[in-house]
Amino acid sequence: MSTLNDTLQKLCDVAANPAAQLNAMVAQGKKAIGCFPVYSPAELVIAAGMTPFAVWGAEMEISSAKKYFPSFYCGIAQTCLEMGLNGKLDKLSGAMIPVLCDTLKCLGQNWKVGVKNVPFIPVIHPQNRKLPAGVEFMRKQYVAIAEKLSAISGRKVDKASLQKAIDTCNAQRAALREFSDVAALYPHLISPAQRNAVIKSGGFMDRAEHTAAVRQIIEQCRQQPVKEWSGHKVVTTGILADSPALLQVLADNKFAVVADEVAQESRQYRTDVPADADPFNALARQISDMEGCSVLYDPDKKRGPMIVDMVKKHGAQGVVFLMTKFCDPEEFDFPMVKKALDAAGIPMVSVEVDQQMRSFEQARTALQTFADVISA
Amino acid sequence: MSEQNVGEPVPAKIRLRDIAAKAYEEAWEAKKRGEMVGWCASNFPQEIPQTLGIKVVYPENQAAAIAAKGGGLRMCEHAEGLGYSNDICAYARTSLAFLDIGSCEEMDMPQPDFVLCCNNICNCMIKWYENIAKERNIPMILIDIPFKNDYETDDASVEYIKAQFDHAMQQLSEITGKPFSEKRFKEVMAVSQRTAKAWLRAAEFTKYVPSPLNGFDLFNHMAVAVCARGTVEAAEAFEQLADEYEAAVKTGASTYKGEQKYRVLFEGIACWPYLRATSAPLKEHGINVTATVYATAFGVLYNNTAEMMRAYSYVPNCVSLERAADMRINVGRENKIDGAIIHTNRSCKLWSGIMPEVERRIRDTLHIPTVTFDGDQADPRVFSEAQYQTRIEALCEVMAANKEAKA
Repeated sequence: MSTLNDTLQKLCDVAANPAAQLNAMVAQGKKAIGCFPVYSPAELVIAAGMTPFAVWGAEMEISSAKKYFPSFYCGIAQTCLEMGLNGKLDKLSGAMIPVLCDTLKCLGQNWKVGVKNVPFIPVIHPQNRKLPAGVEFMRKQYVAIAEKLSAISGRKVDKASLQKAIDTCNAQRAALREFSDVAALYPHLISPAQRNAVIKSGGFMDRAEHTAAVRQIIEQCRQQPVKEWSGHKVVTTGILADSPALLQVLADNKFAVVADEVAQESRQYRTDVPADADPFNALARQISDMEGCSVLYDPDKKRGPMIVDMVKKHGAQGVVFLMTKFCDPEEFDFPMVKKALDAAGIPMVSVEVDQQMRSFEQARTALQTFADVISA
Repeated sequence: MSEQNVGEPVPAKIRLRDIAAKAYEEAWEAKKRGEMVGWCASNFPQEIPQTLGIKVVYPENQAAAIAAKGGGLRMCEHAEGLGYSNDICAYARTSLAFLDIGSCEEMDMPQPDFVLCCNNICNCMIKWYENIAKERNIPMILIDIPFKNDYETDDASVEYIKAQFDHAMQQLSEITGKPFSEKRFKEVMAVSQRTAKAWLRAAEFTKYVPSPLNGFDLFNHMAVAVCARGTVEAAEAFEQLADEYEAAVKTGASTYKGEQKYRVLFEGIACWPYLRATSAPLKEHGINVTATVYATAFGVLYNNTAEMMRAYSYVPNCVSLERAADMRINVGRENKIDGAIIHTNRSCKLWSGIMPEVERRIRDTLHIPTVTFDGDQADPRVFSEAQYQTRIEALCEVMAANKEAKA
């Protein structure tokens, strides 16, 4: 029988080498569709008989993408395009790219022009997503995307197959929410890097298989005694928190991530697809139910108060804002989140992250200082 | 107001300047009367506040004016002191600084009681206006124009935009207590069309050789196309402007002083902190700007409500790369350009993120030289005068060689 470490290692291996996962999938005769940030509808891919495969950039040098983007561009968009242009994603049968920020709009357009081997499937989310007309627009978009996916896989997306896919993804979301709470209780068993890998790997695997592995980890943790954590407890927020070097800095300074508000992590699983007689409508309503995300219209700016609640709920001592370089939606949210945290007396540190970052000394210094601040 | 002597006809450019000033004066007066005044995105359907008789002012216009008068750095740095990254759009930084300070010597305007936002130019607008609404605890009305990957706007988008348009009209009426009138709405649509047609007619005179206008003039007149396009005064002033250009074509006169040796597309928002530094090298080399998509972006044409929804989705930053490139290529061809100058605007991720490919298409389709320069619409720290001059010289060399080869 596998141990907790065996199961964790399996998911860490997947997260560290998504290309191997993709190659293996395709070798088995399966088709995979790229799911680009932030909310590509994985359910439609599954319902069409294919595997959704998360593409959130990579730590790599940028060369070919410089022909399309200026230097002041988000690394996620640049490296996604770089991988596309260099043929590293040729095994994908399609690329679903949303338009939730100005940078993503350009990524999609440049992908369409520059990447010939992987068809571009635009995902146009409405920003007035709470209006009935917004939900209806989203539903029509999903119906149109389903038709494109069906044309690729040869399998029609009907109500039954979509509902089954929604159930599969909701089960994964529930498991990851539970895992996040369990990881907060067992920081001596699950490091920040392992916590991230468990979540991130879900974007590269068969959803049910991943859910089973996460459930196993939850059970294996629960068999262990809960111990008092002598380090610091923090909530992370931002777009990405998957840099191995940065996660190691967190571990070195005895930071336990007790909850996250990260786009690649909990924003993917915190909102279930609701029940609805029409599963396309259900999927559209999920977007209208989402709250506190920097790329979704929110005049009430709920993100700050939501992070305050997370800190209180999990007994965290502070917040680490992982600021993705050149990400203006996050940069606009930053002062508002800071205000909400200041008003609640919660310390926060901002650390700039970038997939082209090679030196983490500045981050190390900032986090060491923050550790001193929150333990004072 | 007007500097003309009694009896002399007032030139269109003076009338246009006065209209822009009057629009802001009227907003101040409305505020003093206790009426609600809004902040409005430049490409929000102005037909909505105009129909309800509500005064709005335009933060993008204000930021451009502040930058042109030398206040950009001070305002951007103030916003950065509030926690806003210097990566964020400099119009937004300027505006958020103004919100915090409460006044501005370069260009003042009333503080907002509500905000009207439209993201057909960028999603950055949403983030910027969300923060204004939250900071002031005031209502925000958003019209979301879906980004188009296809060349044409589909019916699903039009239905979605129409529903939002109706909702916005209703919301604004409730917020301000001003009733909606179908009759007034039709009048506003008619006047807006008259203004848009006159503005586009005036802008099209750049097709003549020589052009009767200095292309940079359009950047100045654009403020009226943004803030007063639903008024009869604006329609009349643009009609007069077009008539003046028509007369100038007949006599060979031009507001461009000197010989027009070369005709270019100027791509991107003006580099407002450096208007003189960007225009002087052009004049020195006999270059006139005869093509731009930015100025004409505010000539929104339609015949009915459904077409209006569609028209607001065809503004330059809301369209596919193919359509964006064609807009430049067509305006370049119609206006017989010899080259293109492309502003890589640090503030604008959306514009800058498709421009390298658009530039290749302009160059390859029209067989003309193109150059880019680094700049910003309001933050003066990005532009380099030396780089700009070198690029303009390089462009001139190729344009001269091309002309020689054709001769």
